[in-house]
Amino acid sequence: MIEAHDISVRANKRFLLVDCSLCIVPGRVTALLGPNGAGKSTAISVLSGERKPDGGHMTIDGQVMTQMTAVELARRRAVLLQNSSLDFAFTVGEVVGLGRLPFAMTRDALDDDGALATVRHVAGIEALWDQTYHTLSGGERQRVQFARALAQIWRRTPDAPQRYLFLDEPTSALDLRHRRAVLTSMRALALQGVGVLVVLHDLNLAVDFADDVVLLRDGHVLSQGPVDQVLTPENLSACFDVSVEIVTRDDGRPVILA
Amino acid sequence: MSDVARPRSIGSPLQLAPRTLVLAGLGVLLAIAFVGALAIGAMPIPFGDVLKILFGQDADSQSRAIVLGLRLPRAVLAIIVGAGLGLSGAALQGLFRNPLADPGLIGISGGAALGAVLIIMFGHLLLAWVPDAIYQHLLPVAAFAGGLVATFATERIARQRGAVSTAMLLLAGIAMNAMAGAAMGILIFMSDDRQLRDITFWTMGSLAKGGWSGVIMAGPFVGLACFLILRSGRALNAMLLGEREAMHLGVPVERLKQILMVATALAVGASVAVSGIIAFVGIVVPHLVRMAVGPDHRIVLPGSALLGATLLLFADSMARVVVIPAELPIGLVTSLVGSPFFLWLLVRKKGLRA
Repeated sequence: MIEAHDISVRANKRFLLVDCSLCIVPGRVTALLGPNGAGKSTAISVLSGERKPDGGHMTIDGQVMTQMTAVELARRRAVLLQNSSLDFAFTVGEVVGLGRLPFAMTRDALDDDGALATVRHVAGIEALWDQTYHTLSGGERQRVQFARALAQIWRRTPDAPQRYLFLDEPTSALDLRHRRAVLTSMRALALQGVGVLVVLHDLNLAVDFADDVVLLRDGHVLSQGPVDQVLTPENLSACFDVSVEIVTRDDGRPVILA
Repeated sequence: MSDVARPRSIGSPLQLAPRTLVLAGLGVLLAIAFVGALAIGAMPIPFGDVLKILFGQDADSQSRAIVLGLRLPRAVLAIIVGAGLGLSGAALQGLFRNPLADPGLIGISGGAALGAVLIIMFGHLLLAWVPDAIYQHLLPVAAFAGGLVATFATERIARQRGAVSTAMLLLAGIAMNAMAGAAMGILIFMSDDRQLRDITFWTMGSLAKGGWSGVIMAGPFVGLACFLILRSGRALNAMLLGEREAMHLGVPVERLKQILMVATALAVGASVAVSGIIAFVGIVVPHLVRMAVGPDHRIVLPGSALLGATLLLFADSMARVVVIPAELPIGLVTSLVGSPFFLWLLVRKKGLRA
């Protein structure tokens, strides 16, 4: 479990996060929701160990995160950021292969081929595999980066140590079909015990694919908990400043209308 | 899983094999250029005789003296300087994620040139204080020191709260070069004819004055730099995705930046110190290698070292023979021959490989 206690982050004199406490639980998908500028990306960079918080402390499976090296962290968690650019002519296969970098020169490197064969199938990028990355469309690039993150946390054995996946708007450039495919494979990973934190903008995707929700606004955690308890009209109105209605479809699934 | 279905990855032997061949090819090319550089000159010596001399067999004593005494140290120096410049260029282009980066960008060349010009102009004032044996090496030492000081000043300026901002590094490097350039301009304006000639010759580069002492001076630094840079291939591959992405892939980004800054400052500083400013090698060589094998740094780095050495041997051989008995500055040759060739490659391969 990744636990953050009372973390605060400052940039110049502005607080980006204020006393946020939240956790990422193995086997569960936690959706991070909030308006623009709420601190979602900052939360991702702190919780993934990239940025040191100015206050509070964090642990990953009981270990203090700030004391871990980059490669130790990289073997436990993968991060998919928004807009990764690449000016050099790597092929898709090479980009995805970089996901195995944390395991270079270790026993796990023996699994590299297996990992790549699996993730290129899961991410549906077989046809793109030998193409040059910068000839791809935005959506294709996003799927390739997703595959890279999957390759990083792929393990052959199910009893591998805890792994975590951070996704910052993984579907922003994807069409309907691929959006569903990516989020479905995210769910499948959670079933295998991976702890997932995902930033989403479409509230209904959170309803469909997340177990827990954290509502963030102005750097504060507004509310957090299981989807059906947190995603109420009152909470959402308070978070996004728009009136929100929740209707129930015939099959019993709630739909958020704003 | 059949071999056909096996995915190509950075690290799978399937992909490495042809690329290793490319490296072997570059090695052979380097060997040919090396023997060629020993054979070509004002007095041509047949290839066979050169090989005989190299392997210690009989040959006439005049040829032996020319090959071993004059051309060998110069060829070895060309290899050291060329490898250092090519490798540094490749490392910086990867570090800055910019195929246009070159060792001059972070202030090395400007600082080194300023150091050298200062000695050319005012070195004689030190004559009374410094023993003659040291005085002879004042110029390379000053160039080396100037390059290091400029680079570390650039790095310092670009450092904010413990992290080096790459954009700041480039901007500070440009400002540093401009400052060094202006200072040099003032000095050149003040110089007499002889000093002006020395300065001009030095800023256009030459391997003529290095000799074995140049080899001894530059060799260890370039060797150390090669060691540091060649180990960073995987990390540089990740850096191409972005600094944050590299960090998430386990690369200690700040430490990598520092190591590569120090390594390139050592390699380029030492090279400039013994041979003056040799343009174009640092920026073009990594491009040529990438055009041939793609951007994987585990191949691009050693490939750039090999190709840099080869090209510099080639350029120096040309510099020695086109205007016999005089010599062209090698920096002129690399630019004159290199730039049209590079342009031609760009036009031909437009858009194929970065």
